[in-house]
Amino acid sequence: MALYLLRRLMQSGFVLVAMSLLVFLGVYAVGDPVEILISPDADQEERERAVRALGLDLPLWQQYAVFVGRALQGDLGRSFVFNEPAIQLILQRMPATLELAFGSMFISILIGLPLGLYAGLKPEGRLSKTIMAGSILGFSLPSFWVGLMLIMLFAVQLGWLPSTGRGETALLFGTRWSFLTADGLAHILLPAINLSLFKISLVIRLTRAGVRETMLMDYVKFARAKGLTPFRITFVHVFKNIMIPVVTVLGLELGGTIAFSVVTESVFAWPGMGKLIIDSINVLDRPVIVAYLMMIVLMFIIINLVVDIVYTLLDPRVRLEGKA
Amino acid sequence: MNTLEVKNLCTHFFTRAGVVKAVDGVSFSIGRGKVLGLVGESGSGKTVTGFSILGLVDPPGRIVSGEIRFKGQNIVGLGEEELRRLRGNRIAMIFQDPMMTLNPVLRVDTQMIETVLAHDNCSREEARQRSRDALGMVGIPSPDERLKSYPHQFSGGMRQRVAIAIALLHRPDLIVADEPTTALDVTIQGQILAEVQKLATNLGTSLVWITHDLSVVAGLADEIAVMYAGRVVEQGEVNTVLDGPYHPYTHGLIGSVPSRNKRGEPLRQIPGMTPSLLSLPAGCAFKTRCTRADAACETMPDLAELSPGHLARCVHPHQGAEA
Amino acid sequence: MSATTAPRVETPFQRFVSEFFASKLAVLGLVVFTIIVLVALLAPLIAPQDPYDLAVLDIMDGRLEPGSVGGSGITHWLGTDDQGRDMLSGIMYGLRISLVVGVGSAVIAAAVGATLGLLAAYVGGKTDTLIMRLVDLQLSFPAILAALMILAFLGKGIFNVVFAIVVVEWAYYARTVRGNALVERQREYIEAARCLALPPRRILFGHLLPNCLPPLIVVGTMQIARAIALEATLSFLGLGVPITEPSLGLLISNGYEYMLSGKYWISFYPGIALLITIVSINLVGDQLRDVLNPRLKK
Repeated sequence: MALYLLRRLMQSGFVLVAMSLLVFLGVYAVGDPVEILISPDADQEERERAVRALGLDLPLWQQYAVFVGRALQGDLGRSFVFNEPAIQLILQRMPATLELAFGSMFISILIGLPLGLYAGLKPEGRLSKTIMAGSILGFSLPSFWVGLMLIMLFAVQLGWLPSTGRGETALLFGTRWSFLTADGLAHILLPAINLSLFKISLVIRLTRAGVRETMLMDYVKFARAKGLTPFRITFVHVFKNIMIPVVTVLGLELGGTIAFSVVTESVFAWPGMGKLIIDSINVLDRPVIVAYLMMIVLMFIIINLVVDIVYTLLDPRVRLEGKA
Repeated sequence: MNTLEVKNLCTHFFTRAGVVKAVDGVSFSIGRGKVLGLVGESGSGKTVTGFSILGLVDPPGRIVSGEIRFKGQNIVGLGEEELRRLRGNRIAMIFQDPMMTLNPVLRVDTQMIETVLAHDNCSREEARQRSRDALGMVGIPSPDERLKSYPHQFSGGMRQRVAIAIALLHRPDLIVADEPTTALDVTIQGQILAEVQKLATNLGTSLVWITHDLSVVAGLADEIAVMYAGRVVEQGEVNTVLDGPYHPYTHGLIGSVPSRNKRGEPLRQIPGMTPSLLSLPAGCAFKTRCTRADAACETMPDLAELSPGHLARCVHPHQGAEA
Repeated sequence: MSATTAPRVETPFQRFVSEFFASKLAVLGLVVFTIIVLVALLAPLIAPQDPYDLAVLDIMDGRLEPGSVGGSGITHWLGTDDQGRDMLSGIMYGLRISLVVGVGSAVIAAAVGATLGLLAAYVGGKTDTLIMRLVDLQLSFPAILAALMILAFLGKGIFNVVFAIVVVEWAYYARTVRGNALVERQREYIEAARCLALPPRRILFGHLLPNCLPPLIVVGTMQIARAIALEATLSFLGLGVPITEPSLGLLISNGYEYMLSGKYWISFYPGIALLITIVSINLVGDQLRDVLNPRLKK
């Protein structure tokens, strides 16, 4: 297990280095950093001084070394717009995004699991076919437009829910969260639903496929031969088996969800990392862009690692192989 | 009163390709503590017969007609909840592949305790106690530790013992065993057979032992019913049938058991293969593989009592101890 | 008369056509998509207005409700936007941009991905490993993020959007083609072609590629829909096409701020057009998958 973990950590480190190189090249090789980093009003002398100060006269590999060295100390540059360390800006916005992402995860399980279960148990039913057709829509509809429609229906036409912002927040662990207040909950509902659409479809499909596959297994028939109630067979024997793929895939989706929240946050003006990155791209605040990308990559790596570990805990068969 | 009486059981599958008559007019009965060997090739309907007894036939299949009398009560057409109360309690089943019958993600204790609690209103601790005793009874060493294991930590033979222990938890009146030793090593097979026989005798449990292996049945069963293409073709006391089979199919089956051939002689075999149940020929289903078939076989023969207690479905039966 | 009694032998293509048309939904999708393509092609001829001709726009007609008659005497069936532009005409022209970006990027991505996939399968070894590592990396990274990253560095523009989508999508084609080519490579006809010492280029594109086409077409159809949706999303975020070439996504984005005040139509109708386009392509794609690749049938 320790060896396996070590190998995974090394793989992750490699991916991180590769991504930092990509991001570095993206910023410093494709664009002209002098144009970006130095005020256009500066005269020639000022420019040269700034170029030296920023180390832009050094060979590219040395510049990269400097970039990595600073990054390791948690310094990814200062935002031109806010004049604050980019990392700090990102970290400030992170709770809002995480809250939204986990909220949408929760909703996707809450809605997707029962629907998928039903569709799996009664595959020929009319309702099941409707559910599956709906799940195709969830995959193919552009989510930003669905978000707009949600606002139009529930915020503008019906006036039930607020359309933008985080609403009232409450303090917990030193950060402010929306889900702790009624007003905050009302604010998070629409964006979380919007962000969960794709994952609801995903959970429905995974659950249905898993249920159909598991129901055919001998151990389900044996469970019936033991005289267990259908309730216990469904919710213990079948459920425990399908939870493994569902948890794995949903866990892996967390990274994608955080990434995709850029769209939802833009639609609902949700003040998270995603909104920040879009604003930063629009004003070319490159240190923030770099910081965001590096943070996302780091998050991806951590998520993949955690999912792997959780997976081994869930499935006793994998656990044993890990020990061997 | 017999523990089980099956009368004219018909279980058909309504597939898109047509109606598959997996079980077509099967009758037999088993007394208390007796063992019936249900013998046939794969696809002969023996497993479906077993599932029918437990009411576990899944769509597109269903029991079309016939009676299954368990201790006098017809259980065909009983509600799902009434059947559930019987299953695992009064009628238990053991499956063929022990690698597949235990849920891989649940511990053995979970899977045993839930079986106890499904039928008896007792405490978890008592249920655990009973599970432990059952494991001990089927010869699993250190049952306390084994209860906390997952199925994959057991060997195939051990898993089948666990499955048997689960079947025995409620001391059922009837156990349907669907080729429970086929997937096991020969030595383990022998152990399990001996174990089951002992338990059945001690507990007065009746057994339906489904198998394709005549040598298993020879040592274990009191009665034997040979199935072919959904019908019983020969039936009777086990030694009578094995010593003097009437039906050419039974005859062939016995001939293909290697130990019964003389050394040096080529192994005998039944030519051809089981016909598709979707397109059974008219008349005797075995006629296409039978050396004795002629025009008379174009009409389906009845299952007739050719000698006292020995029935066969054949126009041209072998005579007596000719095998 | 004797000729008609001969049994009619269906060519594979005829069978494909008859199987495809077995699904009413797929036929509906195909018909709708054909209409959409025709509308996009003929937009300059059938649109009530040239939405880019500033001379015909009247700011006094701005944000008219659907069905109102503007100052120029045109009935605006789907209303007008803030500039007084007829929404119906805007959508017709917007479809052109969306389709060009969607189909264009899908075709280029297919070309790039198929070539790399074939190469990976045919050459094998280190080349295969390298290409497939890239594919894995690409597929594990969310499309929207990769596209954002590229556009953040390159800036807006139709060409850049197409480039970003190609970068995001080539991996799907590469994986599909490689998987299929690996199977096909084992077949006798490739063996025969090799024995004839045909140049690798001939074997790759003349023999392997045609046999990888069915799954490629299936993936391609689905990816066109994805590309259109991705372009719309990027344009909505303000990172896609420039304001001078408004695609459906940009039209929706323009209407966003007016939606909160109840002027829904500026966003709503372009969205419906986008929706119909994507769903019709997906219907066709679903059926293509079932017909062309029975193994994938659900």
